[in-house]
Amino acid sequence: MISYFKAVYAILKKDLMVEFRTKESINSMAVFGLLTVTVFSFILEPSSDSKIEVAGGIFWIAIIFSGLLGLGKSMLNEVNGGNFEAILLAPIDATAIFFGKFLANMASMILLEIIILPIFSVFYSINILSHPLMLLIIFLTTYAFSLLGTLFSVISVKSRSREAMLPLLLLPILIPVILAAILSTNIFVAGGDIAGSYNWIKILSVFNIIFTSVIFVIFPSIVEE
Amino acid sequence: MSNSLIDIVNITKQYGHIKALHNITLSINKSDFVTIFGANGAGKSTLLKLISLQSRQTSGEINLSGVPYKKLGNAFKKRLGVISHQPFLYENLSAYENLLFYASLYNVKSPKKVVDDLLKRVDLFKRKDDLIRTYSRGMLQRASIIRSLVHNPDIILLDEPYTGLDTVASKVLTSLLKDQLSDNKTIVMVTHDIQVGLELSSKIVIMKKGKVAFNENITDIDKSNFENIYIAQVTDKD
Repeated sequence: MISYFKAVYAILKKDLMVEFRTKESINSMAVFGLLTVTVFSFILEPSSDSKIEVAGGIFWIAIIFSGLLGLGKSMLNEVNGGNFEAILLAPIDATAIFFGKFLANMASMILLEIIILPIFSVFYSINILSHPLMLLIIFLTTYAFSLLGTLFSVISVKSRSREAMLPLLLLPILIPVILAAILSTNIFVAGGDIAGSYNWIKILSVFNIIFTSVIFVIFPSIVEE
Repeated sequence: MSNSLIDIVNITKQYGHIKALHNITLSINKSDFVTIFGANGAGKSTLLKLISLQSRQTSGEINLSGVPYKKLGNAFKKRLGVISHQPFLYENLSAYENLLFYASLYNVKSPKKVVDDLLKRVDLFKRKDDLIRTYSRGMLQRASIIRSLVHNPDIILLDEPYTGLDTVASKVLTSLLKDQLSDNKTIVMVTHDIQVGLELSSKIVIMKKGKVAFNENITDIDKSNFENIYIAQVTDKD
């Protein structure tokens, strides 16, 4: 039998190959993200203090809403042609399929952030990565979003109203993550006391540990039928 | 001792208020080629989905060599090849990439050689690097068939594999199935093509309204009169 990690790697490699070939997800995510960042920068007055206050919110809204587009497209590739059924027929652990897809989604999100971050810095005259801890916050938030996003994209993909269903299921449960990401980002952007971000980092870490464990247990039953 | 490989015992499948299958009991022997006929909505594909673990029965039991399915899990999946209505192929990957991907999921030894041999067998080797979305319906079906055989399964389930195939592709499929049969594989096929069913099968099952209406060995069937038997079985006399 194929080892667990080999199965995760096979799914991840296949998803990255499909995305590399089509660039469907990353193109739509990047365009939407850049548009969001640009439009909000025109709304706010140049060099105003309010720009600093809302920068974290705009950055994460751009990332999360763009990410939603990518998640939907990534699961559509599985539904078209019945591929998800075929993978489930293979003698591999269902959670290996999940974590392969999760890692592929996370890779797309990281690529999106690499594209958005420099543009965001230019438009808002803010260096979001002014402190190395900010990298950890971006990682933890991206992890949480990709984790639950992958789960809910699997759940919602067969629904007729999947475009509405995915954000409807995902966003309410992500509220603590979004809140933690925005408030901790604002601490770094505004040059506040870094110790204030520690609690947010703890919240994000605990959230990720809990949901990774829960998904590990429940995913096989979710895809059973 | 029973030669039965798959035992379907009193299976019922219900979707809400709708009963798709009613107390189906069926035995499939090792090296059998069972063809399941029936009108649309008779429950043929539902039965195939239960056998392939794609769906779970509401009640009843399916056993493989006497062991209940639920205890087998991945050990059974490794022995199973499924050809569905859907191609089970990624349209933005080439046939070669698709087959190597599935070979990796089944931990196939020397996957490149196995995939090359299968592609040559169905005359797709020259187009192996083309994306699946550029394939014609017949080519897609051929690629889909070898996808299900990449791990050399000993139980093969086919859901209307002849649908949409041209004559050449149908012949290739029939020849592939004959090869599998000569390798002592156990095959269950759902089809509407009576001629093909009669040509290949060792056992014929006709389903009607979620029940087995007819279940005979091919040796006990008058092939020249089968079309009339089939029509009589599927025609609603209620």
